Amino acid sequence: MRKPPEINTGSMADISFLLLTFFLLTSSINTDKGIFRKLPPPADPTVKPADIKDRNIFTVLINKNDRLLVEGKPADITMLRQQAKEFLSNPADDPELPEKKLEAIAFLGDYPVSKGVISIQNDRGTSYNMYIKVQNELTAAINELRDELAMNKFNRKFDELTDPDLVSAVQKAIPISISEAEPVDIGGQQ
Amino acid sequence: MARFKSKKSGGVPAINTGSMSDIIFMFLFFFMVITTIRENTLIVKVKVPTATELQKLEKKSLVSYIYVGLPTKKELAGSGTRIQLNDQYSTVDDIGNFLALERQSRDEADRRKLTTSLKVDMETKMGIVADIKQELRKFNALLISYSTRKANEGKLFSGQ
Repeated sequence: MRKPPEINTGSMADISFLLLTFFLLTSSINTDKGIFRKLPPPADPTVKPADIKDRNIFTVLINKNDRLLVEGKPADITMLRQQAKEFLSNPADDPELPEKKLEAIAFLGDYPVSKGVISIQNDRGTSYNMYIKVQNELTAAINELRDELAMNKFNRKFDELTDPDLVSAVQKAIPISISEAEPVDIGGQQ
Repeated sequence: MARFKSKKSGGVPAINTGSMSDIIFMFLFFFMVITTIRENTLIVKVKVPTATELQKLEKKSLVSYIYVGLPTKKELAGSGTRIQLNDQYSTVDDIGNFLALERQSRDEADRRKLTTSLKVDMETKMGIVADIKQELRKFNALLISYSTRKANEGKLFSGQ
């Protein structure tokens, strides 16, 4: 009996390659990334906001022209990270900079947690781009402080900590203390 | 002897490529499974700003998206900044309804972890974003993520 002729399957690979590239191009690995924030719960009008000492607040104002006013002085965004770090860490215990409160944190012992709060206020006419840049710089300041602390205590960067207990210890020692005031409408929306 | 000689004269034997397609198909299925074709067709222009301090959204099923930007269909929505919820232009007042629907479609246990991803165009003014944030607070959707792209350290300030 004669063998039936073999079908040439060499081009099959080409066809499937074509399909593969098609799918690679049309679909997207949805890597949605962003800056995380937790909004404060709805404001209760009956409860008065707690008074915070002036030295414990780091005010960042953004006007409708995207100019910054940091602690009452015009500032540049490139300097913001450094200023925020200095404010939150207060390495020299400067009386102008925020107070610290000793708190017992697991794995860290008594750690002086800064009472400082960064307050951002923006205009309704501020551009979203600028707002994100400011948020990014402030987040970077906190992340750098966390990295330094984690490097000091656990010899690892904050991102590289695998034990969730250590992560929450560092988070407790350096909390994300950014508060946002209600936006004002001075410059108008245009 | 002649019989053996004739066998050797064929040159290099052909490599069997039949299984090559199977391997490629495997790749294909792999990619089809891990990628997602975008669910919402965008009807607003969104070019998100860049940042360096990014965090990944952990569970995609627990994210609801709000898009804000200039509308692509100007004849429908005018030329001002608009909000897109699901597949249509919406106003700030629709957000409460949208969040309720999003919550309903998730498991009871997961509802608290529902994150709202704000995909806002970088040219947008903060006014509308502030309104959205107030609305989110009102309806207790407190976890948010400002969607951004990864920026190189050096390039972050070049746009100024």
